Amino acid sequence: MPLVVEGKRVDGRGLEELRPIKIESGILENADGSAYVEQGMTKILAAVYGPKELHPRHLADPQRALLRCRYHMAPFSTEERRSPAPSRRDIELSKVIRNALEPAIFLEEYPRSTIDLFIEVLQSDGGTRCAGIVAASVALADAGIPMRDLVSACAAGKVDGHIVLDLCYVEDQEGEADMPVAYMPKLGQITLLQMDGLMTREEFDRALKLAIKGCEQIYEVQREALKKRYEAIERLVGGEGT
Amino acid sequence: MISTRRHQVIAKIKKNRILNTLSKGKRLDGRDLDEYREIKFKVGVIERAEGSAEVLVGATRVLTGVKIEVGKPYPDVPDKGVLIVNAELLPLASPTFEPGPPDENAIELARVVDRALRSAEVVDLGKLCLIPGEKVLLLYVDVYVLNHAGNLIDASALSALLALMTAKVPVYEVSETGVEKTGEYKPLELLNKPITVTMAKIGNAIVVDPSLDEEEVMDARLSISVDSQGRVCAVQKGGSGYFIPEEVEKCVDLAFEKSEEIRRTVVEKVGEA
Amino acid sequence: MPGERMFEERDLVLPGDLLARGDFKVGDNTYKVGDEIRASRVGLVEYGEDEVSVIALKSCYDPKVGDVVVGKVVDVNINGWDVDIGGPLEAFLNVKDVIGSQPSPEIPLTRIYDIGDVIVAKIVDFHKTSMRPLLTTQGPGLGKVGRGLIIRITPTKIPRVIGKKGSMISMLLKETRCKIILGQNGYIIAIGSKRGEEMVAAALDKIERECHVPGLTDRVQEFMKSLKGGGEKVAAGG
Repeated sequence: MPLVVEGKRVDGRGLEELRPIKIESGILENADGSAYVEQGMTKILAAVYGPKELHPRHLADPQRALLRCRYHMAPFSTEERRSPAPSRRDIELSKVIRNALEPAIFLEEYPRSTIDLFIEVLQSDGGTRCAGIVAASVALADAGIPMRDLVSACAAGKVDGHIVLDLCYVEDQEGEADMPVAYMPKLGQITLLQMDGLMTREEFDRALKLAIKGCEQIYEVQREALKKRYEAIERLVGGEGT
Repeated sequence: MISTRRHQVIAKIKKNRILNTLSKGKRLDGRDLDEYREIKFKVGVIERAEGSAEVLVGATRVLTGVKIEVGKPYPDVPDKGVLIVNAELLPLASPTFEPGPPDENAIELARVVDRALRSAEVVDLGKLCLIPGEKVLLLYVDVYVLNHAGNLIDASALSALLALMTAKVPVYEVSETGVEKTGEYKPLELLNKPITVTMAKIGNAIVVDPSLDEEEVMDARLSISVDSQGRVCAVQKGGSGYFIPEEVEKCVDLAFEKSEEIRRTVVEKVGEA
Repeated sequence: MPGERMFEERDLVLPGDLLARGDFKVGDNTYKVGDEIRASRVGLVEYGEDEVSVIALKSCYDPKVGDVVVGKVVDVNINGWDVDIGGPLEAFLNVKDVIGSQPSPEIPLTRIYDIGDVIVAKIVDFHKTSMRPLLTTQGPGLGKVGRGLIIRITPTKIPRVIGKKGSMISMLLKETRCKIILGQNGYIIAIGSKRGEEMVAAALDKIERECHVPGLTDRVQEFMKSLKGGGEKVAAGG
């Protein structure tokens, strides 16, 4: 089945076009910070608790906070129902996502404590680790945890020989290569980089540049999500009592 | 930011406040003893699942997804489909929920939701058979607790019910070679719609739809499921306290009254939504 | 002026935003790399004489020596009490602080402070890397709280609850006739009539949500007056 026909992909997008993306912050009551991301049909919820005491205490790092991260998929999130028990993929993703966010957080500010981050995939259509990082960054900022920058994330890849941005599930499965990237745009630092598939040197460079461009676009949506609440109140309140 | 100790400590001044307010016939959030928090719902939130519903009871938020797949029947009931209910108390939902396999609370929650659905025979499992003894439809009901603000049982039971009410069953074609999806769907017809009402006993007071604070000070809770024909179809007592028979009778009365109310104000609106 | 300012005073900034370049000093919720000062939390930027800081709109609690905090006793052992102050680490109150002598098996510590008790305490010592916050309950206004409504707001907004020269807090005290205990950790206790306590909770909720919009004290005062007049149902914080 051809995945790219006359510059249009299976869902009608152009090669360098992102799926429609929507981000909301602060939607869960109990969590210290939370965010919800919809990217195309992918739906992700992220929540942060902390920094807080780590029990048992002997597991703590005396020099910095621990970032504990759990990436998990709901049994109803995929085409075929999946077991809620963590798979090897879930465990690997939990680790790379943690490594993607650690450089952004001032962990040394809170030695011996833990920051718990939970990412739940409610519906999966590809790009869940990137959308998870996008949601997690907003949740961390929403929790008031000090950060160097927000971390944005987006995948690029090769599908039917074309370098494309933001692969959906079908493109990831049937395409030739997938490259998820996480990036801190203000600092120009890449904090997650993975690739599987086959790419020439030149294709690799083009894909990386494209993924970074995608990250920069998504970064703006993350910023809007954080500003939205305050600006809405400003508009609401600004009219009265002037 | 509160520490995750194994046992959550409730501030004494908060506990006293709850008890004092109750002695005057009111609750901390201003509700009457027999009043539910606002119930909101949305169905079809997970488009790719065969059914889904998100329910909010106050700030308690539960999302249930229904997935329908083909599988083997239980050997002792070869011509019936299978209903499997699972519940996850996501660590997202509360500082007291740890990641890991379902603990006794998650398992109790799943089994209580399952009991009401099964006793009330909500789904005609006989209609879900494709090839007797070999292929039947498996109905997976996955209850996902997203925020715990008290009374997970009612919110979970309601979200499971609404997800099933609005679920679409894939139509399969049965031939000698096996079963195949035709790509068509038909609604899952429910035979019954049980509603579960949970009440907590705090001292001498019985409150309906306990909030998180109330659950932290309660002596015990009683969940009673009433079906569309006014029959009790499931009961579960929880907590380490006790009920005297008169209290149980009072709870049953309340359960009948409140389940009717929820049936009118929530369940019947689902068709319109 | 020590350098270049990239925003206007009280603009809303996000983590990573470049706030200033040059010889500015690092203020609250900012960090410096080379000669660039960036925000580390969501908030409103403030440019001082030679310092840049951000008033964070939401923050986790950063314990500091001298802070008066509202905490909850969560555990007790022979040396004293573990107190949850909502911070990255639990705080500790040494038995010697209260009885001024060596711990003795005859004195049941739970008689002094029991698990679940709410106390007002002061942080007397704290080293991020080597010790947890150490508390004292000796001093005016410190000790166990017998009753009241516990309200929580983000810690960085406590100064806003006090207001310029105490204008906000004195207005609240007057309008609600409650005693109000402010913890630097964002936990507040209102003690008064039930109605008064609920009004404090409603006012704090409004302050937390709208503190970034100017004219707050007047708006809150009008809101208080409307609650008193209207007699509408005010949901308590709980």
